[in-house]
Amino acid sequence: MSNLTDDRRDVGPVDEPALPPLGSVGLLRWMWRQLTSMRTALILLFLLALASIPGSVLPQRGTNPLRVDQWLADNPTSGPVLDRFGFFDVYSSPWFAAVYLLLFISLIGCVLPRTRLHWRAIKAPPPPAPRRLMRLPMAEEFVVPGDVDDVLASARDDLASRRWRVRAGESPTANGGDGSCWVAAEKGYSRETGNLVFHLALILVLVAVAVGGLFGWKGNVIVREGSGFSNTLTQYDAWGGGRFVSPDALAPFSFTLDTFTVDFERGEAQRGAPRLFQADVTYRAQPTDAGEPATIQVNEPLSVDGAKVFLVGHGYAPHFVVRDSTGSVVFDDTVVFLPQDGNFTSSGVVKIPDASPALGLNGLFLPTATLDDVLGPISTFPGPDYPAVFLSAFKGDLGLDAGTPQSVYRLDTTSMEKIGLESLLPGETWTLPDGSGQVEFTGFQRWASFQIAYDPGKELTLAAAAVALGGLMLSLFVRRRRIWVKAVPSAGGGTLVQVAGLARSEAADLSDDIRAMVTHLESNGPAAERNPG
Amino acid sequence: MTSIELAQASNAAVYATMIVLSIAMVSFAVSFALGRRRTAALPQRVDVLQSAGSTVVIDRPEPPAEVPLEPGRRAANIGMSLTWLAFFTLLLGVVLRGIWAGRVPWGNMYEFSITAALGILGVFLAMSIGRDLRWLGLFVVIPALLTLGMAVTVLYTEAAQLVPALKSYWLVIHVSAAIICAGAFTLAAATAGLSLVRSRLERKAGGADVTGWAARVPSSEKLQTMTNRTIAFTFPLWTFAVVAGAIWAENAWGRYWGWDPKETWAFITWVVFAAYLHARSTAGWRGDRASWIVIAGWAAFIINYFGVNIFVNSLHSYAGT
Repeated sequence: MSNLTDDRRDVGPVDEPALPPLGSVGLLRWMWRQLTSMRTALILLFLLALASIPGSVLPQRGTNPLRVDQWLADNPTSGPVLDRFGFFDVYSSPWFAAVYLLLFISLIGCVLPRTRLHWRAIKAPPPPAPRRLMRLPMAEEFVVPGDVDDVLASARDDLASRRWRVRAGESPTANGGDGSCWVAAEKGYSRETGNLVFHLALILVLVAVAVGGLFGWKGNVIVREGSGFSNTLTQYDAWGGGRFVSPDALAPFSFTLDTFTVDFERGEAQRGAPRLFQADVTYRAQPTDAGEPATIQVNEPLSVDGAKVFLVGHGYAPHFVVRDSTGSVVFDDTVVFLPQDGNFTSSGVVKIPDASPALGLNGLFLPTATLDDVLGPISTFPGPDYPAVFLSAFKGDLGLDAGTPQSVYRLDTTSMEKIGLESLLPGETWTLPDGSGQVEFTGFQRWASFQIAYDPGKELTLAAAAVALGGLMLSLFVRRRRIWVKAVPSAGGGTLVQVAGLARSEAADLSDDIRAMVTHLESNGPAAERNPG
Repeated sequence: MTSIELAQASNAAVYATMIVLSIAMVSFAVSFALGRRRTAALPQRVDVLQSAGSTVVIDRPEPPAEVPLEPGRRAANIGMSLTWLAFFTLLLGVVLRGIWAGRVPWGNMYEFSITAALGILGVFLAMSIGRDLRWLGLFVVIPALLTLGMAVTVLYTEAAQLVPALKSYWLVIHVSAAIICAGAFTLAAATAGLSLVRSRLERKAGGADVTGWAARVPSSEKLQTMTNRTIAFTFPLWTFAVVAGAIWAENAWGRYWGWDPKETWAFITWVVFAAYLHARSTAGWRGDRASWIVIAGWAAFIINYFGVNIFVNSLHSYAGT
């Protein structure tokens, strides 16, 4: 938002009385004028900056709902109060919206009248030459051969060829005027054009963001190696869509995660930092299509049917086979464990309602297992150099029938009894100490998490941002300026020429323009005597 | 060169830069301590130019031919030469770092920081071509030196490959724009800070000439004009850096804007400098207040760089280990 320059408050009727007029219409006009004043815009900009800060300090539901819950649990007094006032959803809170909507109303109220004024200014010819040209801050006076008409025609052609808007005229002889002829020129209208385009494009950015919010959707899903995903609401772990999205009519694409490849730094420097994430998938745009192979990497999403599939995370899914006391298999599957740190110490649970009594396992998966004296079992490298699981087994009521929804990553042990603890390497089997069954850790797979997003407003947002940037550069780099050339017959022969200029934007230096004009006129004939101004 | 030699050469160049900059800092400081710039021998025309803003007189009288070189000027000249030297040694250090790592040297905060110091020096030296900015040298060398000091002590990281999130050509586009902004915003903050000090002294002097070290610095009005020009150049570039970051974010994370702390502070920086540009055309906000806004905007930029990378859980936390 650049210089909605100089006299923002001059916009609107200037002949208003200084006292606030009586009546509601007058009051509304007064309020409108206050809202659209530059000072208010300035204050609203400061408020917008201030209002953005809490969202970068406090966890936000939009990006990290789990940390919000944690924060609320840690701060039982201040948490609910802050929550009540939207501090965990700052950027969708009413007070944040109030600030930016007021700012945009103020912007519209300023830009529209200025557009009208600028339109008039563009159509109007440059103003006539001031009477005393040499009093302008930048002026020069000199004599050239040739008569007045030739000099002015030459000046006029030169200015027009350099894309100045030109007007010729003659000073009145009345009121002490000298009756001299002049050429007036103005340039740099695109400064204000750019300024207005920039502000209007910002409105377009807001509209495009709103379009994306209302018609777009995005969801997250974890897919294990060998498993598939099809784009329906029930398959997502989390999904959010705009008001005008019908969740049952999503694009019917699907994909299978064939393999997931990870590589970690093994050198001394940044040991354990990720070096490669690669998901090889087979996707189908329509359920009836033949599967097509594709590779998804960070920075290289898969585009399918208008939506984009982004690789955002990965982890391990250990495989367990559980047998009950009779030896029959009651569980045989991989289980997604969530990474807890950079070395992929991962935690998860296994729920086996089919055993009797029902069994539950709380587990840690460690890709490179170590038993730390203080921290207990942790992983020391994110790659699977020495994988192991640490399990604690429970039996009793899993609470699945209570009707309350449960997290698949948490075991509710309130009505369960702890059976024992054990650590297992791949292929090892743990016979539960109370004889209720056996747990075999057969190995592990990887999983990848994907964000799948559809945003119909993003192209428009980008286009609007590009237009805004273009307008901004015009409004900051173009100089608006006027130049006048006045010519009268010189007493000693030839023509006395005065060239002067006036900058209409801050700190514009006109000496180049004036020098160019002087050089042009002087080069049309032998240079005559020159009087520095 | 072997990898070890490249590493040693890059680090040696960075350390050499710090030594050269330290001497440059002393030289600039000495130039402030010795003598003033504006003696009776120098034309007063300079002041007229400053106060009139857009006034330009074309046929300027020739400056007096022989002005004896003050001791302060010599020190400032030495400082300027050393700053050029430091720029090239640091450029060498950054380039060697890139060759060592086999990629653009912008993979972690150590690399961002040495390149940001290069940006600060580079923008200053580019601006100093064709005008006398020796008085500004001290206030450029100090932040560059502090940035390098942070880099070699707190942020040092051995060169390694990029994490997958940074493997994109947008790294070159987005980060190079942000690094130039780092240099230019720092310069703008330096001139804004000087203008605040200067205008305070001008008020104290009550119309008389400012004396002491501050006499070497241009008038507060001239400093404000310089600040304004720097921001007018940097603000579109910063806008571009943010937009480029948004395009990259869309490509990497599936959304172009997600109010990640880094994005939030980039937005805050943008809004504060937008406020500055508006303040320049609002009555009552032009002078010192506008300078304070520049310093606030620079503070937001610094919070974004150090604070968000190190202290906040952000998608942009590439500080390295």
